[in-house]
Amino acid sequence: MTTAPDTANPATAPVLPRARSRAAEPTDIRRYTPLARAGIITALAVLAVLWLAPLFWAVVTSLKQEADTTVVPLEVVPDRGFTLQAYASVLANGNLVTWFVNSTVVTVVITVLTVALSAAAAYGFSRTRFRGRNVLFALTIAGIMVPPQILIVPLYRQMLAMGLADTYAGIILPQLVLPAMVFILKKFFDGIPRELEEAARVDGAGQLRIFLQIVLPLSRSILAAVSIFVFIHAWNNFLWPFIITSDPGLMTLPVGLVQVQSAFGVRYAQVMASAILAGLPLIVVFMLFQRQIIRGVATTGLGGT
Amino acid sequence: MSAGTVAAPGRVEQPTAPRRGPSLVGGRGGIWFVLPFMAVYAAFVLWPLLYGLGMSFFDTSLVRAESRFVGLDNYVRLFADAEVWRTLGITVLFTIGSTIPLVVIALVMALLVQTGVRGQWLWRFVYFAPFLLPVATVVLIWQWLFSGDYGLLNAALTGIGLPEVGWLTDPAVGLWSVVLLTVWWTIGFNFLLYLAALQAIPAQLYEAAEIDGAGGWRRLFGITLPLLNRTTGLVVVLQVLASLKLFDQAYILFRANGGPGGSATPILQYIYDTGFTDYRLGYASAISYVFFVLIILIALVQARLSRRSEA
Repeated sequence: MTTAPDTANPATAPVLPRARSRAAEPTDIRRYTPLARAGIITALAVLAVLWLAPLFWAVVTSLKQEADTTVVPLEVVPDRGFTLQAYASVLANGNLVTWFVNSTVVTVVITVLTVALSAAAAYGFSRTRFRGRNVLFALTIAGIMVPPQILIVPLYRQMLAMGLADTYAGIILPQLVLPAMVFILKKFFDGIPRELEEAARVDGAGQLRIFLQIVLPLSRSILAAVSIFVFIHAWNNFLWPFIITSDPGLMTLPVGLVQVQSAFGVRYAQVMASAILAGLPLIVVFMLFQRQIIRGVATTGLGGT
Repeated sequence: MSAGTVAAPGRVEQPTAPRRGPSLVGGRGGIWFVLPFMAVYAAFVLWPLLYGLGMSFFDTSLVRAESRFVGLDNYVRLFADAEVWRTLGITVLFTIGSTIPLVVIALVMALLVQTGVRGQWLWRFVYFAPFLLPVATVVLIWQWLFSGDYGLLNAALTGIGLPEVGWLTDPAVGLWSVVLLTVWWTIGFNFLLYLAALQAIPAQLYEAAEIDGAGGWRRLFGITLPLLNRTTGLVVVLQVLASLKLFDQAYILFRANGGPGGSATPILQYIYDTGFTDYRLGYASAISYVFFVLIILIALVQARLSRRSEA
């Protein structure tokens, strides 16, 4: 999810509130001829069926008795009806709940710290002057190019040396740096008129107070977008937690789920139930915050991440 | 970024150019804003980056305490290592094979949704939802779909009179199963980027075309697609850089064994196996750095191309 920063890009519209921009409306479907309309809806429906089928099949499987999952030819509705047995077994097993709690703790801490560190740094780069500022900013932008995967070998040794393997700190610390977020936030802060800050400064407000009381409240939309992006990223991150945790009690959901592969083997209903339970939280979050998430992806994606 | 929500302070504007650069007062204490981020950045990105580079000149191993300086040996060995080239080839093949559908289908989805058809919320949800699933959830679901005896995919194929496919067992198919899974899982991101770009096209352009009597296809090829060129460039670059970093889904799907006959082993998995299975950290670091240089080269080529297209 990283590229060279693309500073001149056309997509600034997604951050505008929809109501303000006439361009942000889809074209009117009534413009199309009935035939074209039928074609459009058919194409949409075919794609939707293809994209829903895997999820549908996973849900159906998870609601069957184990013996019914391997009936050939495949059937959607089993003779013996649906059951929540697989979910009950998985939850009683206990591990899934532990992993869910771990994921929540790790993700919330990473999101709060990453956004706080990035916003402070972005403000420093945008609004203050100190020796070495440009060098540090260039160094930060260069970090966008570093694939996290190439750091795992040295990071692993470093964490072992620090005694942080199999600890929350070991999982969290290397995930706090997303240089692209600093870049996106700085770009936004650059666009805020300085007059407000100068007025406050004349009144004797310090830099920190200006940042906390003037700039951050004006940046709610972008902070929400960045937070959502970091949250999704951290919640679904697999490789680093997988490497640094060997204790099942400390695993996050994506890592723990890989253990399910071998643990449940051929009990497909339970495997599907675990997969669905692990996927559910973010889907629910998405249903609640669809607009913000869509704007967030558009903003961060087009901001050069 | 727009700051359109900021109210202009209520005073008469002097007719001067907007002032940029340093303000008369303030701008002090900036280092303290930047320092916390920089400290974490230095400790967990810059230091490992240097440390890994250093390691690549030693025969560092996880199982021995001491290591010898071997100079460029690791790099020399790497270029003669057939497995490096083989896994790099697989990675490039995956990148090409996944980028094309991930760009084209995402564009089609966005164009269809942007026609203003009813149920905007539903379509967006359906196409984007898989992107929110953790990789392990996606892989468990697709392992079940790909399964030979009870898999939905083979059942569908035999249902329409086609032969079954060894999704996870046939060396000629294994990598394409990863492509299929990846397209389904990640297309939502590109779809949203395209949708945002489409929504940024000023309505006036279409109104003007309407007055000239341009139909739907003329609008599509005359206005929409040309205006999407930049976005397509961006989406392609993002996708190529993301696809080159293939690891998670291939690793989990084939339970760490690299696919049937090793046919789906991306280069990052070779690095991982070298470091964490064979404990040859020095050699793994050297491969990591060659891969890193490749990524940078691609990004530089992209930067050069985008500058030329603007000129």
